[in-house]
Amino acid sequence: MSDDHDDSPIAARVRELEAVLEEKGLLDPRELDQVLEAFTHRASPANGFRVVARAWTDEGFRTRLLENANEALPELGLSMGGGLQVQRLHVVENTEDVHNVLVCTLCSCYPLSLLGPSPTWYKSPAYRAKVVSHPREVLEQFGLTLPETTRIEVWDANAESRYMVLPRRPEGTGDLTEAELAALVTRNGLIGTAAV
Amino acid sequence: MPRINDVGGVDGFGPVVEELDEPPFHADWEAHVMAMNRALIRRGVYNLDEFRDAVERTMSHESSYYENWFRAIQALLEERGVV
Repeated sequence: MSDDHDDSPIAARVRELEAVLEEKGLLDPRELDQVLEAFTHRASPANGFRVVARAWTDEGFRTRLLENANEALPELGLSMGGGLQVQRLHVVENTEDVHNVLVCTLCSCYPLSLLGPSPTWYKSPAYRAKVVSHPREVLEQFGLTLPETTRIEVWDANAESRYMVLPRRPEGTGDLTEAELAALVTRNGLIGTAAV
Repeated sequence: MPRINDVGGVDGFGPVVEELDEPPFHADWEAHVMAMNRALIRRGVYNLDEFRDAVERTMSHESSYYENWFRAIQALLEERGVV
């Protein structure tokens, strides 16, 4: 990422600040590359997809995941300690009666390591404001219409606690392998703005 | 009085707009801002809570997410006499 030809005013101001910090020995360009590499390669929704597929196929893992996700994740070689601080993860399970959806009303808290970089809409004031007051309406904007009888639970993440939705396993998927099941899951399914 | 970032339940922000196939960063400078912030926190120039506080007290709903981050980083560095 050392080549930067963006000539917008803010890109120039970022470059200027970087140069000052490098001069003061507070920043090393190689360090920036390492940070970005870790961010873009280790933080991936594929991790969340694997967790869901395992929970769908291994009842013991599902139980452990719902009871204490931080202790269950290492079974898949994952953890919540990859960022700047370890976060408590709470996995919330969708059922016939309850649908879960995540938000961070104050900022943009999100389980990066399991879901990858967060989409702009998740960080937008529009989503953060509205999903807590009109969740059904917001889900409909995403094309997810839930039966009136389904209760919607909204989970507000914070600096120490993050959430991930465990979607319901789609019907007719009994013959699929764990990898095939993982391929059915979407990033929005893990946030709760899609069914799976 | 709640800070400007405390938007839960507030009306008037319009519809939620989803961008399909959105990339992690929309411009290279955004990636630089993200990486710069992590590096400065790791070096102890400021900590994560101080950064969150700075975003909340300097942010504008008119600015993009990473513009707000950059403004917060600049504020913290100025307050510490680094720049």
